[in-house]
Amino acid sequence: MTNAPVLSFTENGIYCAAGDFYIDPWRPVDRALITHGHSDHARWGMQRYLATHIALPVMRHRLGDITAEGIGYGEIRRIGDAKVSFHPAGHVPGSAQIRVEVKGEVWVASGDYKVVDDGLSDPFSPVECHSFITESTFGLPVFNWADQTTVAAEINAWWATCAANGKTAFLGAYALGKAQRLLTMLDPAIGPILTHTAIENTNRIIRDQGIALPDTILANAELDPKSHPNAIVLAPPSALGSAWSKGFGAQETAFASGWMAIRGVRRRRVGDRGFVISDHADWGGLMSAIRETGAENIYVTHGYTEVFSRYLNDSGWTAQVVPTQFEGESLDKDGTE
Amino acid sequence: MKRFAQLFTAIDQSTKTNTKVAALADYFEQAHDPDRLWTIALFSGRRPKRAVTTTKLREWAAEQAGIPLWLFEESYSIVGDLAETIALVLPATVTHDDKPLSDWIKSLREIYTQPEDARKDFVLKAWATLGGTERFIFNKLITGGFRVGISQKLMTRALARATDKPEAELAHRLMGNWHPDTTTWHQLVEADDASADASRPYPFYLAYGLESSPDDLGELSQWRAEWKWDGIRGQLIRRDGQYFVWSRGEELMTDRFPELARTVDFIPDGTVLDGELLVWPDGQPTPASFNTLQARIGRKTVPKKLLADAPVVLHAYDLLEWQGQDIRTRPFSERRALLEKLSAVVPAEAPLRISPQLEFSSWEALAEIRTTAREAQAEGLMLKRVDSPYLAGRKKGDWWKWKLDPLTVDAVMIYAQSGSGRRANLFTDFTFAVWDGNDLIPFTKAYSGLTDAEFRKITAWVRKNTLERFGPVRKVTPHHVFEIAFEGIQRSTRHKSGVALRFPRMLRWRQDKPIQEANSLDDLEDMLRIYG
Repeated sequence: MTNAPVLSFTENGIYCAAGDFYIDPWRPVDRALITHGHSDHARWGMQRYLATHIALPVMRHRLGDITAEGIGYGEIRRIGDAKVSFHPAGHVPGSAQIRVEVKGEVWVASGDYKVVDDGLSDPFSPVECHSFITESTFGLPVFNWADQTTVAAEINAWWATCAANGKTAFLGAYALGKAQRLLTMLDPAIGPILTHTAIENTNRIIRDQGIALPDTILANAELDPKSHPNAIVLAPPSALGSAWSKGFGAQETAFASGWMAIRGVRRRRVGDRGFVISDHADWGGLMSAIRETGAENIYVTHGYTEVFSRYLNDSGWTAQVVPTQFEGESLDKDGTE
Repeated sequence: MKRFAQLFTAIDQSTKTNTKVAALADYFEQAHDPDRLWTIALFSGRRPKRAVTTTKLREWAAEQAGIPLWLFEESYSIVGDLAETIALVLPATVTHDDKPLSDWIKSLREIYTQPEDARKDFVLKAWATLGGTERFIFNKLITGGFRVGISQKLMTRALARATDKPEAELAHRLMGNWHPDTTTWHQLVEADDASADASRPYPFYLAYGLESSPDDLGELSQWRAEWKWDGIRGQLIRRDGQYFVWSRGEELMTDRFPELARTVDFIPDGTVLDGELLVWPDGQPTPASFNTLQARIGRKTVPKKLLADAPVVLHAYDLLEWQGQDIRTRPFSERRALLEKLSAVVPAEAPLRISPQLEFSSWEALAEIRTTAREAQAEGLMLKRVDSPYLAGRKKGDWWKWKLDPLTVDAVMIYAQSGSGRRANLFTDFTFAVWDGNDLIPFTKAYSGLTDAEFRKITAWVRKNTLERFGPVRKVTPHHVFEIAFEGIQRSTRHKSGVALRFPRMLRWRQDKPIQEANSLDDLEDMLRIYG
């Protein structure tokens, strides 16, 4: 046991032998430490869950009756021979990087992260470590995000134009994270903000935790679509173009994702507009995060893994690709994920 | 450039034809002559002379972005567009330059003759002063290929709206061999047409595929049928003592088919023929396969041996100009009669034939003939209404293509690779195998045919079922069966399976079939015997 690595990559997921626990496992195990509530990280079927206090309510909402315990950012917990703590990952509210220390050696599993402050999630804080497990969803130098205020101005300008032309603006967004971030970016002076049920369910949980979100109106079946002129509607991508959305009459649809940076992808989505905004780190963000950890060994879990790890190796790190079932930002995930 | 960038963005962002046409028409009304002339040129595939090689552009872009060249190349392979990749990797900036589009093009022409250092200075300065879309457009001016979903049809519609000239006339004016360096907006769009270039072709009339049974077409006697040949569509133009051959893609191919020079002896001046270019060796009952023709298309100058082995013949099926008159509005039967009259004086050994009309007494009889198309090396049938005028572009109603159903096999997916451009984050390029005993032997790749939703579903599956990775290629668990459709099958020594398919694509995802039920190499051999 003494020579076992702090964390290893098994068929069940990322495993800590010293503490006998898994991080974001994809098969049922006894003890699971969860970085955040997205469905590719927080899965059903674990005997015990440990996640941040902020992440837990959404997990309970999605996974139902689970045995789970909460932990605060920075709080140190001993599990077996491992010392464990959770640190903000800036991805979505409650998301964490998990620091694991065994006999003075420190590993950090970062789950999904972004380094810019979105004004909603606790901002990413770098954690020094020897080995760093990173995603690389947008690990190519073509991905460079504009700052949030610039994108907010673009979205609001589009919304205002829709309103001026008598059209309802439909903005596609995932229910957890992206939707709430977009909400904080909207200018309520333009018109009312309507939300699809899947998104409003998550909003309620987030609001209950004392996180402020702008006022929204639930756009369920009882709502008269014509009763809210100048509205913007936030809905999961799958609801765009559905019978429900058609009830709103003349409309434009937009989609907000890091993938919208690529013209080809933008054109493949048949929507009217694509806004480039992501809850994952861009190229510069990934590189700065890795630099700030001071880690020498980098494990790349999902995204453009081969290219990204080759670049890290070329640049003086020891990097390798580890196969996982994490998906990063996919264009197909649904509001019910 | 800002005004052009706005136009580009408006077109690129919209999926609605009316919005695109309106944006373009506004631009054509407002822009200066040199800018609007260049806009027509760029959107129809013309571009300024290349001032810088793409190799240099890549090197300079990687250098400016502070990344190794291999990483730039990897990024390019995923983005799928060089101009866009460069625009994305360079440090962000805002545009603080408002030279008109045509001025930028003029500058590019001026640096063409300068030493490399000066060209590099120019490009780096442009990258530093142009941001976002303007930077992308600047790169496109060098690399070419503005694909913005503006067809010739939409462009002529917008031009018609801006100039009050008929669409058909404008479509004809935009055809052929013009370039902004040697013409003006006035000459191209407005001037009296008398001085038109002798080589100018007519817009091709294109047919839609027949979706239902021909019974719905009405009176049998109103229709004529011909083989739908598997060659290249071309126009042979005979004017001013010269001849020109244009492909449907508006490429001037005269030099590639020197054997057609002989036709000048038989065809009078002032004649334009529409037909199919086919390789058809003397004495053979059918033309050679498309593969043989492809060898000819690829050669700008043709070696003697190839000319002898793969002689090209024009199979004419329409007459567009006769005695210097545009006769496209006359009924097909009249044009055909003139064509037959013309061909009567052409000697049998000349590389010009008339595409025969097929005799049929009922739609059932015609359907029967259609089933023999493969033996005639044809893709199916063409149906043309006797009174149809020769229209411009793809139109429904008077002409239909009635193609054979494709050949199909059920195959197992064994490798997957992610796409580029539109498909950057999806696995879309697959390798398929058939059984050879207990082994799966790869025999074809296919990229198209699935819906976006199906591609997303298979992408999620590939991520979870990767057995091995070879760079961008993933070996996956043999599990999914797809019905692969293709137009032809040929013996091939370059492929392990010994066969090569024409136009392979995924027809259906057979989620109902276990892999044991996929076809075998023996089945492919049988097809090869029948259709190869």
